[in-house]
Amino acid sequence: MKNHSTLKKQAINLHAQQKVTGKWHYKSYTVVRKIGQGAIGSVYLCMYNGRPVALKMSEQDAAVTVEVNVLKALKKVQGYRLGPSLLDVDDWTAPNGRVYSFYVMEYMEGQTLGAFIQARGKKWLGVLMVQLLEDLDQLHQAGWTFGDLKTDNILVESNPPRIRLVDVGGTTRMGRSIKEYTEFFDRGYWGLGTRKAEPSYDLFAVAMVFLHIYYPRRFERMTGEPSEKLLEKKLYRATDLQLLHPILRKALKGKYHTAAEMKTEVMDKIKQVQRRRSQYRKKVQQKKAYPVKESFSISLIASVFWIISLLLP
Amino acid sequence: MNAGTLKQILLLTDGCSNKGEDPAVVASLANQQGITVNVIGILDDDQTEQPEGLREVEDIAVSGGGVSQIVYSERLSQTVQMVTRQAMTQTLQGFVNKELRSILGKDQSMEELDPEKRGEIMEVVEDLGETSDLEVVVLVDSSASMRDKLETVKEALFDLSMSLNARVGKNRFCIYRFPGRRSDIELVLDWSPKLDGISKVFPKLTSGGITPTGPALRAVMYQFSKKQLRRNSDEEPFDIEETGY
Repeated sequence: MKNHSTLKKQAINLHAQQKVTGKWHYKSYTVVRKIGQGAIGSVYLCMYNGRPVALKMSEQDAAVTVEVNVLKALKKVQGYRLGPSLLDVDDWTAPNGRVYSFYVMEYMEGQTLGAFIQARGKKWLGVLMVQLLEDLDQLHQAGWTFGDLKTDNILVESNPPRIRLVDVGGTTRMGRSIKEYTEFFDRGYWGLGTRKAEPSYDLFAVAMVFLHIYYPRRFERMTGEPSEKLLEKKLYRATDLQLLHPILRKALKGKYHTAAEMKTEVMDKIKQVQRRRSQYRKKVQQKKAYPVKESFSISLIASVFWIISLLLP
Repeated sequence: MNAGTLKQILLLTDGCSNKGEDPAVVASLANQQGITVNVIGILDDDQTEQPEGLREVEDIAVSGGGVSQIVYSERLSQTVQMVTRQAMTQTLQGFVNKELRSILGKDQSMEELDPEKRGEIMEVVEDLGETSDLEVVVLVDSSASMRDKLETVKEALFDLSMSLNARVGKNRFCIYRFPGRRSDIELVLDWSPKLDGISKVFPKLTSGGITPTGPALRAVMYQFSKKQLRRNSDEEPFDIEETGY
């Protein structure tokens, strides 16, 4: 005989207009729509006092509490916005009588990284990579590894374009084992490193994030082909990333020990390109100036000859 | 606080037991002995509905104090590691709840605390999950229908050992399959801290049509204590029971 109280707690689906009122803080949120679903629970866009907020609810109470702890820890990193800011933590008694834990965070609006690059062009690649590495460096310095870094977890806010990291479900203290990951972005999956939380784990994922922009349907590891070779091939074919190839390759091989190191190289690359571009522009301008000089000197010589011919009898 | 060694049985199956005692009963017995039983039901890629047989999966895990999940084989790697970790957290939370009850009275549990305090306790649980030692007996269903899934199972187990070995705490794994050729279970890989050697020992394991889940669970339950015995009596080169066939 099944004893229903010991049965697994079922995942819950909130519907539009549903009201979620907290058991401890009595705040009431009205669901607008679901905006995301992950391994742990779903995220809903809700209204609270007339402003939009994001509410995450899960049947796994422990996982919710762990994420809240991470968000709280990130809040303490002064003067820098890492991840969404936490607004409320509470429990909700569902109509089915079960109690679900949830937390509320700021609602961030923006495009995914892939969509942004497609709309605004590859010239943004370097800038956004620098921003991402800057954020990761701050996070690493605070003692955390982001963990589940993937294209879906990176949002670009517009005006001015700014990278924001969302979903701290995989965020793990340095030196521990990565809590949550997505295979394509996980160096363990590719057999190119451990799942220990350290800066190089995130930096591998950074390289995969940028590859993912050019392989939106992703690709899988292959039996018989070493992953290093496969990734190299894929990298080679993503010609838009050409300038960043040496840097991405190093990240995939785990050659960077800090995000700052990688960031510096990306910035050097950007400067190098700009310098080359301005030199190129100068050259073009010089070339443009030539025809005027040329015709001028030709006509000068011609007129000299003409005058000489006049002087001759 | 020291949680000591966490003991888990991870059962991987694609169907219903059809021989011997009720696996849920055995799982509950194992749980009473401090062993957590997790179950993963593997679906065929073309299966759209949850087959009857897999209903048992949840029952076994619930009575075994563990976690269950039904997945397509392509999602197996991620699921195996998630289930194992979730079960570790669940077990540790159980310990913590017991402590809370002894301090604060019998109606107290983590869920009853306000989110603030719960957060603090969860930090302790997480620390324990990272640092405690873990022993997992993997029990793989090797009945005929599993033939096409064994390659994926192998990958998933390899992946699991990689994930867990990134932890601070120590791990030990061993793998059994069921049914064995002569008995309910058969050793595939003896206790080892890593599953690197798994490629060699994971041959075409399939056997007949019977699925004695209950008896197999009962048999692996004793593998934990047996190891302890073996360790106590120091070096005993051969295990009589397993060299018997």
